[in-house]
Amino acid sequence: MFRRLVSSPLTVFGFLVVFILVITALFAPLIATHSPTEVNIVNKLQPPSQEHIFGTDEVGRDIFSRIVHGTRISLKIGFLVVILSFPVGTILGAIAGYFGGIVDQFIMRTTDIFLSFPGIILAMSIAAALGPSIENVLLALVIVWWPWYTRIVRSSVLAIKNAEFIESARALGANPFRILFKEILPNSIAPASIQASLDFGFVILAAAGLSFIGLGAQPPSPEWGAMLSSSREILREAWWAATFPGLAILFTVLGFNLLGDGLRDILDPKQR
Amino acid sequence: MGAIRFIVKRLILMLPILLGITILTFFISNTIPGDPARLILGPKATPEGIERLREEMGLNDPIYVQYGKYMYGLVQGDFGKSTYSQQAVSEDLKRYFPATFELTLFSMFLTVLIGIPFGIISANKKDKIPDQITRFMALTGVAMPAFWLGIILLLFFYLKIGILPGGGRIDSWVSPPEAITGMYTIDSLLTGNWEALKSSLIHLILPGFTQAAVTIGMITRMTRSSMLEVLRSDYIRTAYAKGGSENRVLYGHALQNGMMPILTLMGMTFGHALGGSVLVESVFSWPGLGRYAVNAINYLDFPAVMGVTILIAVLFITVNLIIDILYHVIDPRLKYE
Repeated sequence: MFRRLVSSPLTVFGFLVVFILVITALFAPLIATHSPTEVNIVNKLQPPSQEHIFGTDEVGRDIFSRIVHGTRISLKIGFLVVILSFPVGTILGAIAGYFGGIVDQFIMRTTDIFLSFPGIILAMSIAAALGPSIENVLLALVIVWWPWYTRIVRSSVLAIKNAEFIESARALGANPFRILFKEILPNSIAPASIQASLDFGFVILAAAGLSFIGLGAQPPSPEWGAMLSSSREILREAWWAATFPGLAILFTVLGFNLLGDGLRDILDPKQR
Repeated sequence: MGAIRFIVKRLILMLPILLGITILTFFISNTIPGDPARLILGPKATPEGIERLREEMGLNDPIYVQYGKYMYGLVQGDFGKSTYSQQAVSEDLKRYFPATFELTLFSMFLTVLIGIPFGIISANKKDKIPDQITRFMALTGVAMPAFWLGIILLLFFYLKIGILPGGGRIDSWVSPPEAITGMYTIDSLLTGNWEALKSSLIHLILPGFTQAAVTIGMITRMTRSSMLEVLRSDYIRTAYAKGGSENRVLYGHALQNGMMPILTLMGMTFGHALGGSVLVESVFSWPGLGRYAVNAINYLDFPAVMGVTILIAVLFITVNLIIDILYHVIDPRLKYE
């Protein structure tokens, strides 16, 4: 498996990016050269230099240090949204696929409704209703994300629910929930987990977008989307204030996507 | 089953989804923390004033009565009153929708025009240099924060070299064309207003490309994998063996059969473009639904946010229905069922 992983340069690149991001998030205070929130008006709008490698913003904060600290926020959101929506979606999908009938209808029609909104629009209106904060963006994204896993898991459950080893468990008189959680779920969860690994990047992207329109992290938080949003007012004077937070988002999403793509190729060669 | 019956059946199947959409949005709009009446009247409101407004707004009714009233309004196109613009939300939606629709159509046009050929080239030259370049570009496109790309394009094309406008739909010194569809490019074509056409096309370039960057990536990837499958099949080899030119085989034979999955993705892509408009419009001061929604969020104007949400959801499922129908037009082997 390891050999196949390193045989694809793009996957290795993705792995490296994610590795660097995790290290950055864990050791942010050590890596940052300045405080992410300390205002220093005298130093405002400094172009990139040795002292401030990504320059400073409109109140003299060091952009590099803000991006480094922002890594924590973005990775945390990506992780929490996936970790919270995955079990919800998976369990509902397994129940729908295994029991079928009216339960299946109810669960699947519910997912239809959620999926009939473009994700960001539904997340936007939920977050707007709850009030602007990073926690509410997180909650909104969880509410938007789970139906995808439900659909994937349901179809994998349907594919194996009449397999022989399931039949034999049933013949032995195991109770349905035991069969579902001990036999079926472990054998049908792979495609959804691959999707989940791809989703980290997209969750981070969506969260940054919501912060960009003022719904997520509020200033002075060093969240990347919020930083981009405030950089627009100084676009004429300070190109660096807009450029670097955006590159951080781009590389993060790209890194997670490449890694997820690579994992899919390894775990599920049929989908290549 | 005939085509008409198929379409009618799909329309009927849409009803429960529409109902679900209203239940979900009603539920969301009822989770607003705090009292909407208090929010509207502001901090200086008296308890009596709040109570009167609550009664007026029907907030004291049981929840099913509130939902009934909400639905009663919705089916008549009444989305409530915007607390910020003090206008009926439906009027605002009517005003801003054409701008969003125009931008989305333009970006979808670019997506098809660029994404599909790139995907075909990529599949045809699998693992060679053109494929590597296209795949890398597509991957970057999919990972691209469109709102950032928009800022960077503005920085370069507007602030640095100044060849493209910095926002809006039309130059301030050009009067918009007479409103027919509300889409400036179409209207100026229809009325033969060349000055307005030129100005509005120029204004579409940056937001259009920004919006399309992501969807081009999506379509390129899909076209590539779909074409790879088709290009392996026997009839393609036969077509080449019979001396068909590369272009004829690729675009004549292969694309037609590789089109189905691409078409499915187009529906999702359209939804993505609509959703993305919220972010792209606010970068380019594009006076559409997205920018309207973002303003509404900043002024806690909840009826306006809900109006945009419902309109976009309905548009999204309608487009998917149309694609479903197109599916059967392209592939006559499929039975209408």
